[in-house]
Amino acid sequence: MNEFLFATAGLTLATVAMGLFRILAGPGDVDRMMAAQLLGTGGIAALLLAAAGTGVRGAEDVALALALLAAFASMAFVNSATSNSNADDPEGADGR
Amino acid sequence: MSVALNIFSIIAIAAGVFFFFAGSVGLLRFPDRLTRMHALTKADNLGLGLVVLGLLPRADSPLGALKLVAVWLLVQLAGATVTQLMARAARREESAPRSSP
Repeated sequence: MNEFLFATAGLTLATVAMGLFRILAGPGDVDRMMAAQLLGTGGIAALLLAAAGTGVRGAEDVALALALLAAFASMAFVNSATSNSNADDPEGADGR
Repeated sequence: MSVALNIFSIIAIAAGVFFFFAGSVGLLRFPDRLTRMHALTKADNLGLGLVVLGLLPRADSPLGALKLVAVWLLVQLAGATVTQLMARAARREESAPRSSP
């Protein structure tokens, strides 16, 4: 059973690594941020599977921290993108 | 009973990995951003949910199982919120006038 859990954790990471092609191809920054979000979700699943396989339950807490970090990374990107967009657009959300 | 639980775990985790694969293929192959976001959030969150479902019988205690479900719910909430924000940023990026080089 543990071998199956490790194999599925590796498979999950392999499918997430396919997202690197999206980072390479783009075309926009939002597309690249999507791949980073995929990496967060897949990393969480791999960590949970590895925690069950090894019996080291601390990895579940690492999965929780990774969920928070992935969310905040995406929000930071959206914040900077919105600021840039407002700077370009005189009719921005601020209405200035 | 233990054999049945193991079979249940194997089936659920295998289905979860399949949905992760489907989400990755959607991220690579779908034509525009909003459809790629749809594939990302729906398929991947379902994959994570199935993985958590498969791991529930192997949890040490009811609190451990609750922690697994909490991880999944947190990712669901974060994914929904962040995808809405990213879709808005993508629309702004497309509609903003291009700065001349």
